[in-house]
Amino acid sequence: MIRRLATDLLLAGPAALAVVLFIFLPVAVVFVLAFTDYLVGAPTADWVGLENFEELFGSRLGRNALINTLIYSAVVIPSSVILGLLVALGLHGITKRMPRVSAVLRTVYFLPVAATLVAMAVAWQMLMHPSLGLLNHWIAALGLTPQQWLTDRGLVLYSLAAIGIWQGVGYNMVLFLAGLSAIQPTLYDAATIDGAEHGWSRFWCVTWPMLGPTTLFVVIVTAANAFRVFETVATMTDGGPAFASDTIVYALYREGFVYFKAGYASAITVVFFAALLLLTALQIALVERKVHYR
Amino acid sequence: MTPALRLEGVTKRFGDVVAVDDVTLDLFEGEFLALLGASGCGKSTTLRLFAGLEAATEGHVLLGGRDVSRDSASSRNVALMFQSYALYPHMSVYQNIAMPLRMRGLSVPQRFPGARMVSRPTRTALHEIDDKVRRVATMLRLDTLLSRRPGQLSGGQQQRVALARALVREPSAFFLDEPLSNLDTQLKADTRDEIRALHARTGYPFLLVTHDQADALSMADRVAVMIAGRIAQIGVPEEVFQRPQSRAVAEFIGLHRMNILDRGHASRLHQAGATLDLGVRPDDLIIGAEGPIAATVESLLYKGEETVVLLRDPDGFALRSILRGGQPRPAPGDQVRLSADISALHPFDRHGNRAELPS
Repeated sequence: MIRRLATDLLLAGPAALAVVLFIFLPVAVVFVLAFTDYLVGAPTADWVGLENFEELFGSRLGRNALINTLIYSAVVIPSSVILGLLVALGLHGITKRMPRVSAVLRTVYFLPVAATLVAMAVAWQMLMHPSLGLLNHWIAALGLTPQQWLTDRGLVLYSLAAIGIWQGVGYNMVLFLAGLSAIQPTLYDAATIDGAEHGWSRFWCVTWPMLGPTTLFVVIVTAANAFRVFETVATMTDGGPAFASDTIVYALYREGFVYFKAGYASAITVVFFAALLLLTALQIALVERKVHYR
Repeated sequence: MTPALRLEGVTKRFGDVVAVDDVTLDLFEGEFLALLGASGCGKSTTLRLFAGLEAATEGHVLLGGRDVSRDSASSRNVALMFQSYALYPHMSVYQNIAMPLRMRGLSVPQRFPGARMVSRPTRTALHEIDDKVRRVATMLRLDTLLSRRPGQLSGGQQQRVALARALVREPSAFFLDEPLSNLDTQLKADTRDEIRALHARTGYPFLLVTHDQADALSMADRVAVMIAGRIAQIGVPEEVFQRPQSRAVAEFIGLHRMNILDRGHASRLHQAGATLDLGVRPDDLIIGAEGPIAATVESLLYKGEETVVLLRDPDGFALRSILRGGQPRPAPGDQVRLSADISALHPFDRHGNRAELPS
């Protein structure tokens, strides 16, 4: 009994200690700091109550970052989920007839996930360059007006969103492919016998409902990634022009690591943390009920 | 008489593999046909060819005399109960049963959730569907479970839902793919009776696909034995069991594998054994003090109603015999004599086909 206990402690103890020291403790510190005006390196800090939160939600700049993040997510989440699903359906469909082609395409779609986004951002910067970029060359060749992809205040957020989608599709595709291959083939047989013989009705009768759990997971993961958008902003636009692509995590980085306003940055972290927690809680609540069909 | 369904010279190849090899098989109106074979013999593919889930590489599928080889599964209007039941897990029992009626009775816009509010024909159609669903649900004692999801039901209940979904429309034929293999012994016996009764009541042509000969022999009017993609023998259960037309069928049919003594060796049982292989079912191999074959008892398998005795003759041939209930049992190591009645011998020629014993 004692030996069992000692073994259990030995196995689980170190990891648990590390989690407490390096995750729970810092989170607790951040929660406390969020209510102070602490500056990195300052000897003291004053309790300011909800002032930091007021600044985030009340100031033009804070609200701008929040709204930009929401717009970005509103574009990226549905697009990359739907595109990921379409690509997965297509690849799953051709796997039997053309296994080679399907394998190659899978790799191609997955490359953006495996590649370092910072390095890819440089490549995108070149593609989107106003005068040298390929993108504007093609647009000009088609007879359309070249765009200032990363310096137009109305466009920059959508340019970043496009890169976000490009990056998310591959990952979502892999998840959807796994979901598709887990569907019992006899369900399709049953649907055929019952009269759902064509693509669309089979999709609604079998594929879509059977993908429910996968879809929910994909949406949650995509949402978490979209809310966290940072690399492309930091490497390509620095939140500009004129804060047009300032997002919540980039603002957090700027306030905390450029201006050293640890208190304010902590407040942003708390809000961000709460949002992700809410999302996860929603997932658990939904997963338990709706999509597992128990 | 025109068969309800007929496979005519049907071959199905998957790449180089021949799953079904030139099969001609009739399913008559009102009959209960069992397709019996070991796993991998092509029986499930045959069922899928009948149902329209697979297209034949060669040959034709006839429905009431009409060639339906190129027609879709739902236009053949067959009902199929799957081994895994294949219920839609996201739908209630009611929705599962109603599914085939909705798919063929309603148009796409009529299937939308609010359609019943706006259109009178939709209301009428839904009303009819509701009637049929409730009738078949009552027949299969599912009326109290209609709002449950399949995941909340026991295996036996799920199977009744699968039956109900298959029966809810008037099918041209009813196919059952290994319907009993997921059930425990007691439930199996009940379900056997239930399916028999269902056949008697509905009168649809039933096709049962199974690897379990007890199911096939006990439920079907006719049994087709399938071996390596071909129909090896077809006939009433008694005929298939008592007069297997080939050595392969003889070895396949029977709860206990038939003893087959190779020619030459078999002459101890009958003089024809000099040129023919002779088969004896373990049930017919009698252990006693007298008999033409000497053997040593190797081991005994006690199975409740019966005991299987494993024996070996002096030449090293393994033989099996069955003892019923209260018969005295020998002990391992005992020397015994074996005999068999001439009427219980199954002679086969060198090609494995049934031969006649010279009288």
